[in-house]
Amino acid sequence: MRFLPSEEQSDFARTLRGLLAASDVPAAVRAWGAGDHAPGKELWARFAATGLFALAADEAHEGMGLMPLELAGGFVELGRAGVPGPVVETAAAAVLLTRLGDEALAKRFLPGLAAGETPATLTLPGGGPYALDADAATHLFTVSPAGELRLAPGAGPPRTSIDPARRLALPDGGGELLAAGPAVTAAARDAADWARLLTAAQCLGTGEALLARTVEYAKQRTQFGTAIGAFQAVKHRLADTLIGLEFARPLLWAAALSLDPGEVAAAKLTAGEAAYAAAMTALQLHGAVGYTEELDLSLWLRKARPLRDAWGSPSQCRAAVLQERLR
Amino acid sequence: MDLNHSADVEAFRAEARDWLAAHVPATPLPSLETREGFAAHREWEALLHSARWAVVSWPEEYGGRGVDIEHWLVFEEEYWAAGAPGRVSQNGINLLAPTLFDHATGEQRARVLPSMASGRTIWAQAWSEPESGSDLASLTSRAVRTEGGWLLSGQKTWSSRAAFADRAFGIFRTDPDAPKPHQGLTYLMFDLRAPGVTVRPIGRLDGKPAFAELFLDEVFVPDADVIGEPGQGWRIAMSTTGNERGLTLRAPGRFLAAADRLVDLWHNLGNPADTALRDRVADAVVGARAYQLFTWANASRFAAGETIGAESSLNKVFWSRYDIALHESALDLLGPDAELADGEWAEPWIFSLAGPIYAGTNEIQRDIIAERLLGLPKGRR
Ligand SMILES: Cc1cc2nc3c(=O)[nH]c(=O)nc-3n(C[C@H](O)[C@H](O)[C@H](O)COP(=O)(O)OP(=O)(O)OC[C@H]3O[C@@H](n4cnc5c(N)ncnc54)[C@H](O)[C@@H]3O)c2cc1C
Repeated sequence: MRFLPSEEQSDFARTLRGLLAASDVPAAVRAWGAGDHAPGKELWARFAATGLFALAADEAHEGMGLMPLELAGGFVELGRAGVPGPVVETAAAAVLLTRLGDEALAKRFLPGLAAGETPATLTLPGGGPYALDADAATHLFTVSPAGELRLAPGAGPPRTSIDPARRLALPDGGGELLAAGPAVTAAARDAADWARLLTAAQCLGTGEALLARTVEYAKQRTQFGTAIGAFQAVKHRLADTLIGLEFARPLLWAAALSLDPGEVAAAKLTAGEAAYAAAMTALQLHGAVGYTEELDLSLWLRKARPLRDAWGSPSQCRAAVLQERLR
Repeated sequence: MDLNHSADVEAFRAEARDWLAAHVPATPLPSLETREGFAAHREWEALLHSARWAVVSWPEEYGGRGVDIEHWLVFEEEYWAAGAPGRVSQNGINLLAPTLFDHATGEQRARVLPSMASGRTIWAQAWSEPESGSDLASLTSRAVRTEGGWLLSGQKTWSSRAAFADRAFGIFRTDPDAPKPHQGLTYLMFDLRAPGVTVRPIGRLDGKPAFAELFLDEVFVPDADVIGEPGQGWRIAMSTTGNERGLTLRAPGRFLAAADRLVDLWHNLGNPADTALRDRVADAVVGARAYQLFTWANASRFAAGETIGAESSLNKVFWSRYDIALHESALDLLGPDAELADGEWAEPWIFSLAGPIYAGTNEIQRDIIAERLLGLPKGRR
């Protein structure tokens, strides 16, 4: 047993972190929320070039094989940077098509997905009704409860989430039937687990960003002649935030290692709650300035709640944990 | 990254499991916080020791098996899963022994460790004083130089299991003129039955004499019972608190077993439809797993040669809060039976309530986390 990421595993995340830190992500997020996808897509092209999405596709189709641990590490960085777009959905679509093993479909879609050149969004049984960022995605996949995989012809008008950078739309019915049957259902179940895992990773990164920004703020904001970070009431909330995040991290690793549905649900539950708690702490400790959209902090603050609920609300995750436990 | 144990570790697990299955008492021992229970637990310690399961991570010469922390974690999983009795010798094993390994002489180790391992000598920790709790360095009990040793005077309190224990270890002020409160303290061991010692048991919340006050009136301690250099007591003691809060005070196995029992309770009640309760059962399962994995990650760091520092404070706050939440959930599931004092969950619940107070209160741990891990400015202390 050596329950620590290897050097290579950490290296990939470090590279991605450096690249994202050198980009103006907040500007891309704000533009994305305003309906201008261009800066976001430029950013997307840059991080996709690291091979990120290739970690969710098989080697025969320009992928690197399914590498959930490396991918999850990468998604922590996407969360930390607060990138916009259907990142989880694109990776999940790649997993779906890899798992399905239909050569014609794989050839048609996987190379573009693996390269990150054709962002995709999707809805899956057990997931929410809305497709994320359908207006920015090249493909919109749907899987019905009966196991029909379709390419939706379009989507309803995009509705804005409480995170303006997340745009939600109901897929139109019908569209090209790509595949159907139990193999689709099984592949969709795997894809949903990956979506849940990667959202958990994004949550962890989001929480880390919120904590780091708040710690910095608490060191420099002074009241009563002292940095607010010297007050215990402030310190203790930040300490609790760190505890929440640090105990979510190993759950995420274990979930990525096993992809066991119970482990994935545990990771999502814990990371989602920790990130949301981090957001509440960040808001409170920034005071009124934290309650403004002007401060970049708002870009992460507003993400924390939707990410906590996307691809498995806390309640759904708890049910999944017990279901696996009693199996 | 890898979560699989080696064949060697799994064989060790199987050996422990078989032994425990054959030896764990069929009916639970009486509470170790009673005289009768204390004696019964001492016998259990002797039995554990006879099969070399008492102190698996110690070197063989002192009764251990010389295994690493991964083996120890696996042993603890099996131990608690088997429903084995609480460890009456835990203060000695978890707190004094690591200090002895780091700071004692060979003679002291040879003299103290074997009887600790067998349960023949049960140790109490004598750190806290009535006026020195969180601010431990303010302690005033003193040790005064005398022919061949020291004379201890003063008062210690909240000493767990001291009501029935044999010996104690603690820190005493040997240089009242030292410029700082952390200086001039000396770490030593003494006999609870020595002339000059008065032990007054204190009933904890449920009335059981789980801890005691110690009144010390010129109690003689030979030089041979001083650990490390006189005046270095604080430094030595702090190396022990790291152990206490860190990896060894609460093994994940204990919480994994408790979470299992909680799931069984919920299941045996017919999986009640109350989703708020169901959620808390799920949280107990997830929390135990999180704690286990967090500990494994730290153990891996340990094995890679890193030391665990202030991170151990994350542990302490996590498990103490977890323990209370788990036991409260059990009581809520039990409904009207929850208040029965002889119920299976009553005493563990009472015990869990002390978690945020002992081993450094959670407020103090949060200060450590904020200042040492997050780099926030020091506040008034
Ligand atoms: C079940 C149990 C077993 C114990 N066993 C032992 C034992 O075997 N040996 C031993 O020596 N001791 C033992 N103790 C004592 C324990 O170590 C002390 O209770 C602990 O250190 C706290 O000290 P105190 O009780 O005097 O509380 P105080 O230090 O008086 O604290 C009271 C409250 O004020 C808070 N507080 C104090 N200072 C600060 C600060 N700077 N910032 C914020 N909050 C603060 C504390 O967190 C606490 O909530 C035991 C205690 C319990 C409950």
